[in-house]
Amino acid sequence: MSNYNFFDHTADIGVEISGRTKKELFANAAYALFDVLIENIKNNGKTVREIKRRHKIISVDGEDAADLMINFLRELLYLFNGENWVVGDCEVMECGNKKLVVKLTGEPYYKLKHLIKTEIKAVTYCGLSVTKKKSGWKARVIFDV
Amino acid sequence: MSEIRLEKIDDNRWLLPQTGGMRVPGIIYANDKIYDLLKKDESAKQVANVAHLPGIVNYSLAMPDVHWGYGFPIGGVAAFDLDGGIISPGGVGYDINCGCRLMTTELSISDIKDKIKDLTTALYHRIPSGVGSTGYIKLSGKDQKKVLEEGAQWAVKAGFGTAQDLETTEDGGCLSGADPEQVSTRAIERGKQQLGTLGSGNHFLEIEVVQEIFDEKTAQAFGLRKNQIVVMIHTGSRGLGYQICDDYLALMVKHAHETGIELPDKQLACAYLNSARGQNYLAAMACGANYAWANRQILMHLTSEVLEKTLRVAPRELGMRLVYDVCHNIAKIESFTIAGITKKLCVHRKGATRAYPAGSDTIPARYKGVGQPVLIPGDMGAGSYVLVGQEKAMQETFGSACHGAGRVMSRTQAIKSSRGRSISREMADQGVLVMAGSRGTLSEEMPEAYKNLQDVVQVMHDSGIAKKVVRLKSIACIKG
Repeated sequence: MSNYNFFDHTADIGVEISGRTKKELFANAAYALFDVLIENIKNNGKTVREIKRRHKIISVDGEDAADLMINFLRELLYLFNGENWVVGDCEVMECGNKKLVVKLTGEPYYKLKHLIKTEIKAVTYCGLSVTKKKSGWKARVIFDV
Repeated sequence: MSEIRLEKIDDNRWLLPQTGGMRVPGIIYANDKIYDLLKKDESAKQVANVAHLPGIVNYSLAMPDVHWGYGFPIGGVAAFDLDGGIISPGGVGYDINCGCRLMTTELSISDIKDKIKDLTTALYHRIPSGVGSTGYIKLSGKDQKKVLEEGAQWAVKAGFGTAQDLETTEDGGCLSGADPEQVSTRAIERGKQQLGTLGSGNHFLEIEVVQEIFDEKTAQAFGLRKNQIVVMIHTGSRGLGYQICDDYLALMVKHAHETGIELPDKQLACAYLNSARGQNYLAAMACGANYAWANRQILMHLTSEVLEKTLRVAPRELGMRLVYDVCHNIAKIESFTIAGITKKLCVHRKGATRAYPAGSDTIPARYKGVGQPVLIPGDMGAGSYVLVGQEKAMQETFGSACHGAGRVMSRTQAIKSSRGRSISREMADQGVLVMAGSRGTLSEEMPEAYKNLQDVVQVMHDSGIAKKVVRLKSIACIKG
């Protein structure tokens, strides 16, 4: 089973994310965001310029788990929109009630490699939830596209 | 809309009774057909949620193109008292001053019939479109600030278009009170590369022809005649606007928490109009609005250059003239008479256009006798309408009307139901040449994804909010 599923919303894209642990939930949310944004282009064996991957550690604050989630995704979206950075790997190093520290591995956007599938204008507060279930953690987020 | 019960007022309006924490009732403009569609999404609930906000006046309103948004419904209109009322970035939307601009030409359909493909290709190559598209204009820090302060007026000074264009742009293309100091560095950064770009999604540039005239006198006042070639542009403030909205939403979630404003949905986060945070947002929003006007002004200029070059005509022969430029994602301080008293209110229009009637002070002199042009683009196949604002809009909708057809299908549904089909071929069969950066955009924007434009427009016409003037048929469309 995938760690995230899309649900229908008339004007936008809704995503339901799951994770066995809270750390996993945040990492999966990052993958869901970039899955909506980017598709890696298959080049039929042609060599694409090798892009050097870089690490970046970001720290995000929030009032609670839902606030942390939206602030984290907003930060990732800015990394893409403002700094042209595509996240490949995400390791949650610290996950408190009000603070999140994440190690990101990514590369600069390169149009021969990254196809932009959908422009996400923003991560919205609309219907946002982060809940602990018996089986793990779930989050619902709506992206304005 | 399980828990929401609507009561029919007349053939075009439904009352959403005041219940629970709602401070006022809601009114949704819809005929029976649109009412049936309302049942399928959460937009009625969103109309009710908006009615919870402090200082809301009379009603929480929704136009007939209403659909499920985030926080406020799209097609929502709500006015707030300056004293005790609020301003909400979500009530404006991420794309601040997303809007439409309609230009007429001296050309008729017979003049370009054989050159439509050349024209569309030339426009597609010259007008930057698509996700993350960047423009030709590189701004210095000083100019960037001026764009935010002066809007379309800066664009005209920089050589894009003429002063005449400003006369027929809402607010003269410049919203007062803009303060770049209130805009974050992130927003400024995102805006730097994108001035003079169309963007993606439902944004477009269309060549259209005047197909049908409903009101000859008003059409003449707007400079529209049958078979005339016109151009419609739909875009907004690009990444700069999205970032301003995003920045202020986060601040206002905190503000609402601190000041005890109860929110049925966090996306409705707001600040009191008389608070520093509320005033700062208004000043930043004005910057976003001005950027969008400059953007559409530049795109109009690029369009006229392409048309002149491709058709080998002189500017005078092309005769491109701006009919009007309206914003449909905005909050503005405007005066209305409520229970016999004229007062200033903060009117939020999220996916709704202004629709002022004849005689209004704030509409261009040349339209004072007939009223303000209301531009209503439809889906790729339906074409567009031009309406004219009526007095009833001042009494019932804070001078507002619908802004488009409104979605009925989610983007994923649209992509699913377009599988195995060629939307561009289908559009070509309907006589519309479409050029788009991605197949995904075409699928998402296919005609069935939207309500029937005629139904939506008819509700506005029959309820006397805005009257039909002309119908335009699309002949070519550029999308991101």
